[in-house]
Amino acid sequence: MGRLDGKVALITGAARGMGESHARLFAREGARVIATDRRDKLGEETVASIRAAGGEAMYLSHDVTDENQWRSVIDAAVARYGKIDILVNNAAFAAFHSAEESSLEDWNRVMDVCVKSIFLGCKFILPAMQKAGGGSIVNISSIAGMAGMPQQAAYQAGKGAVRILTKSLAVDYAQYNIRANSVHPGMVRTPGTRLVLEDEKFINMMRDKTILNRVAEPLELSYPVLFLASDEASFMTGSEVVVDGGYMAQ
Amino acid sequence: MGRVSGKVALVTGGSMGMGESHCRLLAREGAKIIVTDVAVDAGEAVAKAIRDAGGEAMFLRHDVASEADWMAVVDKAVGAFGKIDILVNNAGIVIFKPNNETTTAEWDRVMSVNSTGVFLGCKHIVPAMKKAGGGSIVNISSISGMVGMASQAAYQASKGAVRMLTKSCAVDYAQYNIRVNSVHPGAVRTPIINVLGDDTSMIDALVATTIMKRMADPIELSYAVLLLASDESSYMTGAELVVDGGWTAA
Repeated sequence: MGRLDGKVALITGAARGMGESHARLFAREGARVIATDRRDKLGEETVASIRAAGGEAMYLSHDVTDENQWRSVIDAAVARYGKIDILVNNAAFAAFHSAEESSLEDWNRVMDVCVKSIFLGCKFILPAMQKAGGGSIVNISSIAGMAGMPQQAAYQAGKGAVRILTKSLAVDYAQYNIRANSVHPGMVRTPGTRLVLEDEKFINMMRDKTILNRVAEPLELSYPVLFLASDEASFMTGSEVVVDGGYMAQ
Repeated sequence: MGRVSGKVALVTGGSMGMGESHCRLLAREGAKIIVTDVAVDAGEAVAKAIRDAGGEAMFLRHDVASEADWMAVVDKAVGAFGKIDILVNNAGIVIFKPNNETTTAEWDRVMSVNSTGVFLGCKHIVPAMKKAGGGSIVNISSISGMVGMASQAAYQASKGAVRMLTKSCAVDYAQYNIRVNSVHPGAVRTPIINVLGDDTSMIDALVATTIMKRMADPIELSYAVLLLASDESSYMTGAELVVDGGWTAA
């Protein structure tokens, strides 16, 4: 008996890293998974390996900043699985500049991928979740959406927007039996963070500020995401789950 | 295979309400349980029900405000089960009065159970957790420890203390591989609200301002406690898990 038996979950940015880890864990816990990404080859490989392990999953190519693609992705997912119970808005993009050094293009790109994507996803997912009789939205924010950090102005603004957009969704969607919560990872070892993790000065600062004094593995994020996605979190909405090894606590 | 198989968990205030629910869920997920409380008959019944269902559990009489009781309880628990991996500081009492109407005796009583009880537990559990090679402490605070509410001055202070003591212990105990997190329930249907008698105005007001427009059942808190107690939250320490139906989010 899996913790997500009978559920259908759409996970963005699922070709690799944290999103891939969420997709694998969700499938292992019985969910039918729609993994979406722009990295089609990696995404297809992820889905193939989930299916080889006995899970049920499909891959869809998906630019999360594109309104029409959200519509078609959700249509294709519902056509295949009949409904969507869970949406994990995981896709993100980071630019490492202060506001002064950020170009408007940097800003727009980060805000589009990190924030507008969630606006669009949560807008178009509604009919599919109503078909499911309710649902759970898990938005991946960051500790960068909570505390000041060097050289990531646009990313911080984007993740801060995700943090409070989640609460807005929690209020408006409660009437449809849809919960919305945010997850705030600290430093996680993923392909997307590889370059940052090689920046010795930055990583030493992060480690010094993290009580557990280490970087997380993706699976350590996937379990809290699973918890929020599942009915085990039935009394949680508008909450922030901080999974940061204690960075924010000191 | 349970999610806390092989672990030993001590749950204070385990005789009824949320504590009882935590004991039952942790036992169902494979943990050996030490149920402690001042309510002896109810506590013995919880331990017996767990054993009857095929689990392992013992009851110990325990006034969490008493240092001598803590030392004896931890000794007996380690004598019986060899170690303690999980401590759930759940015992709590409530007095619904504004600050100016609270007597010093009432203040002292609330602080001694809700705050000093957690201090003593986090102090005397350390040797038993070192034996286990680490551990997880879950402190039950409240949304009353986060935002102002009417007529619960002492309770608010006591739960605010738990919120911050949790972070202090997270910092100090990381070196022993012990994680420390707090849970912040909103309104939960448990016997503790019986002190309100027939006057439902306070609960009605709380429910009306909760996004989900209802109270929680104890099990909805227990799953959050289970997440924090288990190794699934291995990258969480010093975190606050708010399980309040969205009360603090709006």
